[in-house]
Amino acid sequence: MAVTTTQPRRPPLADTAETQTSELAYGRTDWDDHHHLPTNTGLTNEKVTMWAFLGSDCLLFGALISTYLLCRNRVGPATKGPTAADLFDIPFTSVSSFVLLMSSLTMVLAVTSIQRAEMERCKLWLLTTAALGSIFIAGQVYEFTGFYREGLGFTTNISSSAFFTLTGFHGVHVSLGIVMLVTMWVLVTRGNLGPERAETIEIIGLYWHFVDIVWIVIFAVVYLIP
Amino acid sequence: MAMTEESPEILELESGEIAPTTGVFARPTHASGWRAWFFTVDHKKIGIMYGVVAMFWFFWGGIEALLIRLQLFTPDGSVLTADQYNQIFTMHGTTMVFLVIMPLAAAFANYMVPLQIGARDVAFPRMNALGLWLFIFGGIFLNLSWFLGGGPDGGWFAYAPNTGMTYSPGNGMDFYALGLQIVGIASLVGSINLIVTIVNMRAPGMTMLRMPVFTWMILVVQFLLLFALPVITVALVLLSFDRTFDANFFNVAMGADPLLWQHLFWIFGHPEVYILILPSFGIVSETLPVFSRKPLFGYSVIVISGAAIGFMGWGVWAHHMFVSGLGPVGVAAFSATTMFIAVPTGVKILNWIATMWGGNIKFTVPMMFSVSLVSMFTIGGLSGVMHAVAPADTQQTDTYFIVAHFHYVLFGGALMGLFAGMYYWWPKAFGYKLNEALGKWHFWLVLIGFNMTFGPMHILGLQGMARRHSNYGPEDGFDFWNAVVSIGAFVILMGMIIFAINIVRTWLGYKAGTVPQEGADPWDGRTLEWAIPSPAPEHNFDYVPVVTDLDDFWHKKYQTDETGKLRKVADGNDIAQKGDQHPHLPSASYWPIVLAAGLPLIALGLIYNLWLSGIGLLLMLGSMYGWSLEPATDPDAGHDGHGEHQDPDTTEPDGSDNDTAEEAPVG
Amino acid sequence: MNTATVSEDETHQEHSDHGLSDVGYIKVALILAILTGVEVATYFVDFGVVEIPSLLILMVVKFQIVVSYFMHLKFDSKVFSYLFVTGLILAVVVFAAMGTSLAFWQDPAGCDASAFC
Repeated sequence: MAVTTTQPRRPPLADTAETQTSELAYGRTDWDDHHHLPTNTGLTNEKVTMWAFLGSDCLLFGALISTYLLCRNRVGPATKGPTAADLFDIPFTSVSSFVLLMSSLTMVLAVTSIQRAEMERCKLWLLTTAALGSIFIAGQVYEFTGFYREGLGFTTNISSSAFFTLTGFHGVHVSLGIVMLVTMWVLVTRGNLGPERAETIEIIGLYWHFVDIVWIVIFAVVYLIP
Repeated sequence: MAMTEESPEILELESGEIAPTTGVFARPTHASGWRAWFFTVDHKKIGIMYGVVAMFWFFWGGIEALLIRLQLFTPDGSVLTADQYNQIFTMHGTTMVFLVIMPLAAAFANYMVPLQIGARDVAFPRMNALGLWLFIFGGIFLNLSWFLGGGPDGGWFAYAPNTGMTYSPGNGMDFYALGLQIVGIASLVGSINLIVTIVNMRAPGMTMLRMPVFTWMILVVQFLLLFALPVITVALVLLSFDRTFDANFFNVAMGADPLLWQHLFWIFGHPEVYILILPSFGIVSETLPVFSRKPLFGYSVIVISGAAIGFMGWGVWAHHMFVSGLGPVGVAAFSATTMFIAVPTGVKILNWIATMWGGNIKFTVPMMFSVSLVSMFTIGGLSGVMHAVAPADTQQTDTYFIVAHFHYVLFGGALMGLFAGMYYWWPKAFGYKLNEALGKWHFWLVLIGFNMTFGPMHILGLQGMARRHSNYGPEDGFDFWNAVVSIGAFVILMGMIIFAINIVRTWLGYKAGTVPQEGADPWDGRTLEWAIPSPAPEHNFDYVPVVTDLDDFWHKKYQTDETGKLRKVADGNDIAQKGDQHPHLPSASYWPIVLAAGLPLIALGLIYNLWLSGIGLLLMLGSMYGWSLEPATDPDAGHDGHGEHQDPDTTEPDGSDNDTAEEAPVG
Repeated sequence: MNTATVSEDETHQEHSDHGLSDVGYIKVALILAILTGVEVATYFVDFGVVEIPSLLILMVVKFQIVVSYFMHLKFDSKVFSYLFVTGLILAVVVFAAMGTSLAFWQDPAGCDASAFC
């Protein structure tokens, strides 16, 4: 297909110190690298990358979730201790699930605000999302330490290994997301990430929502379904 | 103004230009020497490095094979102990699959795909370099095991619980699990890069159905990698957790089902074998038309079959598990799906034969290797269909019949295709052809040796010789054919030595001027990579090609006249681009290699001391930050390394610019 | 800076043509909250035989709402859908087959050596 978007062209720079300066300022934020260049699909390389990566991550979590489902009731001669399901505190986990779900809303609001060039709003929503994600992680930590005290550790039995591996992978994904959100907040605050780079926030948002939908599945099949 | 401020690390280049710093370090600016290679983000250099390192591992994996064959030359061999034998055959398989065939395909994909689609580079050049260095460090890490307690010994398929701590107490399997994770990330990163490149960066007019078949097959392979690698990632994580942290995934006493490993591994493992073969299918789909001087028969059918193979490959994995206790329902289901998957491959074979049929065939060395793929893969495919019949497989499995099958498809198929690609594309990459006479010696010795080595394995398998056994007894009656097999292996070695001689002699000859410089189009090719000089200039194309047809370059050379006859209207070397423009290129970077170095440190730390992992993790995270703060293109970098001030109208963020300043199309 | 402005306008235009307003997103979030409430209710109230199907349906619906609206897939290029949905469907089908095989098709009593299992 022929290229569909026009390439924004920067005016030619004269070889002067001033123009080299403005070049430097842009260069430091690598904003020039994120022009929307002509691509066959009209979509940016970065966004296609994120969606491809998320498609791949489906397989990762699919493997982990099915491993848990297959391991959760298995017993052998050496099995001891409770299963994860024995110790769930559904009300508690419901609250933290709700928190993560709402963080998706705040994430969307962060994206829409930067698209409208409302930078302060965007910062607020970014921080809120990171905070809600952190509350979720704190809830997980609290929950897991509780399990440990009640006799369910990583090595206790096969269901516990599977449970902690699944939720641990999810938790790491969330934590990486929080790091990215805080990084974005810093970049926006320093003026390095302007409304012309709204797509960066959108792409991080995609990752964040994905982490949320994985939890939607985990909450249902691991926690709620008996 | 920033230019008058004291910036902490302004470095002067030899040319007198100032290189301002952004991020942490100044960008590497070397145009020659080892640093021009280690810090490059140029897809062509990266492709060559993938190839060179893969050929090193091919030599090493070949040594491992020869050791196996020396051990099995006679009954009750004493070349290797049973324990050593386990390590050697495990590493032979692991090396050949992950460190040879996959990176050789990556070498061609990296070098050729951007050229075939008319692009300047891949979508994310630094990520491309990252994949390369992860592959290099991962391969080194995996083979460190030899020096640190012994290699992995559980087979390349690493069935748990055999590979758990109880039965594989040394560190070998940890090197396996972690080493494969590292090279797996390399492939994943590469797959995303190539998918985005092919989807987004084709030249104007190059619709998907005007892309060369090689590029199509690479695209299918990247999707297979994208979706299959996470599954083996999980399998290896479960194994590592069992081994390192005492988890219970494969602890049968805790109720584990050993088949969990097998399912997870083969859900990756079967798409993996299509990952191994499809690039070679793509290569011969390029060479057969060129050397038959006929268009590929049934372009769209071949493309669709390739996609179908990729798709159906997800439904057959448990045919590796027919005798594992799968149950009759599972066995029947997977037996049926496995038979079906023979169909698209058969279609391709027929299309290749139809391509050659009635053509004006030139038996150059690449053509010979290509034809041998068609015939040898067919043999391997036929034995594969025999395995699909589950009751028959009950006898064949775990015997040399299986070993014969997969070597026919992987050596006779994938590797022969890769050799074809090497001879075919050597002039494009290096500017001269490999010697035809030596090439023919290489070919015949390898073909004959290969058939001597793996042909008799069919017989041995049906006679009941078990695989993965370090020896066989004198009473088994396997002596004769094993001797033939082992001799065949050394015939292959001779062929490969001739290949090495060919490479060295033609390179020396080229430098001395006795081997001729080739033009842009030494084979009268059909695809865009032949429209630029040989070796390919650093910037690939002077002008973005505008494509109007499948095999567009061919149509610019040959057109039908009023009487309907095909007439040559131009010579490839004349209409090819000259390579004399100097557009801006993506800049070199330290971060990919530095980031990549973090991962083996993390891995070693997980085996030995977690502090080391901490250091590796810091290196990794620090590199990620350095990388993200660094612009993809250095704003003050020159063109083609000349240090001239750039024309901002030709700025190519991430090297993905399809429209350079000049608009004139080729031809 | 003319051209930069033009491209900003273009992108701005694109985004306002697609997707919901902020209020719309809040409404979506409310729907998700309600659905979650129903899910959690299954813990407190006995839904009987429809419990598991309800939970699965609710899960799928919530999943689809977040993907279509929050992740914008409904309004974006089909290319993104192909990339994501392929991975999703592959994961579901392959692991359903693996799970079925491991859970139901194997003989729990073990392999009888007289016939392949």
